[in-house]
Amino acid sequence: MIIYTIKRVLLALLIMACAVSTMFVMIHAVPGDPANVMLGPRATPEIKEALRARLHLDQPLSTQLFYFFKGLISGNFGFDLRSNRPVLDIVLEQLPHTFILVSSALIVSTLGIPVGCYAAINRNGKFDRIVGAISVSIIAMPAIVVGLYLLLFFSVELRAFPVIGAGDSDDWLDYLWHLTLPVITISIAWIGYISRLVRASMIEVLSQNHVLMARAFGLPEARVMSRYALRIAVLPSITMMGVSVAFILSSTVITEIIFARPGLGSLLYESVLSRNYPLVMGTVLVSTIFIVGGTTIADLINAALDPRALKEND
Amino acid sequence: MALDQKKEAQNFSDGLSSAVIYRLVKDPMGLVGLLIVVSFVVIAIFADFFAPYDPSKLDILNKLQGPSADHLFGTDQLGRDTLSRLIHGTQIALMVAGVSIGLAVLIGSILGAIAGYGPNWLDFVIMLLFDMVRSYPVIMFALAVVVLFGPSLLTIMAIIVATSFPTYGRLMRTQTQSLRQAEYILSARALGLGMPRILVRHVIPNTIGPILIVASMDVPFVIALEAGLSFLGLGVRPPTPSWGSILNDGYTYIRNSKWILISAGIPLILVTIGFTFLGEQLRDIFDPKIDRGS
Repeated sequence: MIIYTIKRVLLALLIMACAVSTMFVMIHAVPGDPANVMLGPRATPEIKEALRARLHLDQPLSTQLFYFFKGLISGNFGFDLRSNRPVLDIVLEQLPHTFILVSSALIVSTLGIPVGCYAAINRNGKFDRIVGAISVSIIAMPAIVVGLYLLLFFSVELRAFPVIGAGDSDDWLDYLWHLTLPVITISIAWIGYISRLVRASMIEVLSQNHVLMARAFGLPEARVMSRYALRIAVLPSITMMGVSVAFILSSTVITEIIFARPGLGSLLYESVLSRNYPLVMGTVLVSTIFIVGGTTIADLINAALDPRALKEND
Repeated sequence: MALDQKKEAQNFSDGLSSAVIYRLVKDPMGLVGLLIVVSFVVIAIFADFFAPYDPSKLDILNKLQGPSADHLFGTDQLGRDTLSRLIHGTQIALMVAGVSIGLAVLIGSILGAIAGYGPNWLDFVIMLLFDMVRSYPVIMFALAVVVLFGPSLLTIMAIIVATSFPTYGRLMRTQTQSLRQAEYILSARALGLGMPRILVRHVIPNTIGPILIVASMDVPFVIALEAGLSFLGLGVRPPTPSWGSILNDGYTYIRNSKWILISAGIPLILVTIGFTFLGEQLRDIFDPKIDRGS
């Protein structure tokens, strides 16, 4: 397990390093002088020269990459082109909003577990069929449509929920109120997906020997379900959630923009529109860390809960 | 035995279409999915015929109207007919999805087959590439790339290919690895067939089913991505009608007219349901245990 953990973490670091370098090279390999792009056509040659020297743009790409990584290790992600504040500060300011949104959405998504469980127990019953059809249709429902419809019906037409912003972070009730629609937007597809996953693995688990054994011993059905069946049946969902951090973050970006919430997505969108490269780079970098972290943690949890995974992955 | 399997593999691809279509139509979910998908394809091809108006014809006097007999889905802020714009938007949506997923499948399959069949170090390098691409959040990656290369249809398609080929690559790799020790592959090798020939003639035909399932499920995501980027003003440039830019018009004028937003969501929802149903049903037909291409 320890060796597996070390291997997995090293691989994660390698993936991150490669992802970041690719991003970096891509930004710098674009035709045209980055200084030109960043400063716009009206900048004087002196200003451009100064920026180039500051960002090491006058040096070869490999040297630039070296400086960039050197900065990363010491926690320096570069500086915002407009306010000249450290990128890391700005990103960390926005991060809690995104973090709360994503984690609330994940928590709400676990509603799919009892639904899937119940559907599996009453397999092919009415409930199973109805839930099956609904969850299949909402699994792939684009966050953009869900979000815009929710905004239209609940905020604009019914005026039941706020239209923009994250609310007052000191007043948790107000914050929660602002959080509701965005969380539904992200988690609705996940409730469907998780209920499908749990249903499928539950059906498989229910026919396995240890469950049959528990039943044969005369344990109460509720206990068999919770102690013996469900514990294994939720494993694929955990893995899936970890792997899907990237996907969840994507819908988060759209959701944040639709509901005008502060967060990484809005930050990225603004910096993209203003061509603020260091900020774009910083935001993508931080999200990449989250995604690779999520995948790695999911793998490790999976390996800890189900030692069989160790062998498969080696 | 080995010969039988080989024959089966060939019959599989030959008799594929008719048998699959029969089983698809028999199930209500598959039938609905197939009908929706086919109608969207027909609408896209004959967009000019179906659209009641020219999608870019302005009619300022009748702007922001609700549904009426003249304009079934109402008009937008410039008085353009929303229905006609949505119908023409179908072309963009399906073209982006078709071309980019096709390319992604091609690139992914080749890399995946090489990873699954080739030496270990190559497998490691290719898997690293897959993992790396997967660690970018798609929309964020897309936003960053759009800043660099400017918004256009080509950029969008390139982004989709770049972010979705690992899905197919991983699928292909798993399939190839499991087929690698199959008897008919071993016998083909014993006969002295080279690796490219084995891959093309024997391995790839066996992976069509799973790839078709994942591709079908992938279409809604790709269309949503294009809509998302166009919604953010970073996709297809106006005045070309795209579902995303119509959604954006609806969002901007949400307080003036709710109809643009409502109508622009409908095709996205239908396309999503159509392709997902189709994919689910294909999954049941081909392989009940396949994973949704993680």
